[in-house]
Amino acid sequence: MSDRPLILAGLTLFVGLVTTPIWHGALDRKAALTAPPIQLPAQEKQCVAPASYMRSSHMQLLEHWRDEAARDGRRQFVAFNGKIYDKNPTRTCVTQCHTDRKEFCERCHDYAGVSDPDCWNCHNDSQRTSRSAP
Amino acid sequence: MKITRKDFLRISGLGLLAVAGRKAVRAVAERTSERASEQTSAPFAKQVRWGMAIDLQKCRQKDGCDRCIKACHSTHNVPQFSDRAHEVKWIWKEPFKNVFPAAQTGYTREFFGNLPVLLVCNHCDDPPCQDVCPVKATWKREDGVVTIDFHRCIGCRYCMAACPYGARSFNWLDPRPAIATVNLDFPTRTKGVVEKCNFCEERLAKGLGPACAESCEEKAIVFGDLEKPDSEVRRLLRSRFAVQRQPELGTGPAVYYIV
Repeated sequence: MSDRPLILAGLTLFVGLVTTPIWHGALDRKAALTAPPIQLPAQEKQCVAPASYMRSSHMQLLEHWRDEAARDGRRQFVAFNGKIYDKNPTRTCVTQCHTDRKEFCERCHDYAGVSDPDCWNCHNDSQRTSRSAP
Repeated sequence: MKITRKDFLRISGLGLLAVAGRKAVRAVAERTSERASEQTSAPFAKQVRWGMAIDLQKCRQKDGCDRCIKACHSTHNVPQFSDRAHEVKWIWKEPFKNVFPAAQTGYTREFFGNLPVLLVCNHCDDPPCQDVCPVKATWKREDGVVTIDFHRCIGCRYCMAACPYGARSFNWLDPRPAIATVNLDFPTRTKGVVEKCNFCEERLAKGLGPACAESCEEKAIVFGDLEKPDSEVRRLLRSRFAVQRQPELGTGPAVYYIV
């Protein structure tokens, strides 16, 4: 029974250390979860799908576009609001709206810790610089 | 267990009926699924078979003319490497004696041997490149265009080995620095994929003809539907003598040379 203070002190230290990420995050204002500011297109207000869907699922959408356009020759995309777009990442996505890849795609990908997409190694964007192969 | 003759006949009769019924059901199901797949299948027009006829005499009217090559390569962002080892080509010229080694005698070689012949991918009926591709990155579309999905190409170059016409090129280097002006409407390629002439499928989708045929002032390149008996290319192939490259290989090239 004489070891009780020692055991309690050890337990407190252990719990404190294990919960470091939680209290450190709560104390540190800088580590607060805020999405990075991304550059939104100036003139266009509506993307090919609602923003929430694009945020979570743009990769699936782009993959569908890729497969349908490249393999089946279906090049037109009918958006949720009835508008028709070309499944063309250069013309539809980056030359009109998201003109700066670094301010839009990469900023968010860096923040989310997602590997950089290699789309723009082939598809032309405003910068047309190849990223090093993955 | 004892089985009477009556039972035996009854059981075998029922068994036969069941087999016949299953066959009928399967046939009906197949027909309906066929119809469904027809409706959802790709929008490439069936009964179209794109092909090309190149009039060699018209082609060599202007000495050293390379308008079609320039038009194609600028339309498709084909890189220009000075080192032949890195060369990428969609449309190019070779001397007659190399293109048609069997189609000449010692006498014709004197005159024809070194005349340039324009070459593109033959868009074969039975393309060997498609058969060897391990990832199905290259395939023949329903309209006969042999196309490549650059996303899927892993750069193994089996197709280059399989193609008897040398129509395919490999990107050994990043092609972007070797493209003078980039056409935004066509993607460039990346290091490690194979590319070749695509019969301008991106222009066909817009109802345009291939860039090479359009750029030729002599109208030496005629493009059209080989399935349509009254198309210009069919009329030409009816009226003039034309050959294919190495037809004995059974690949069925869709590019004809009027000699």
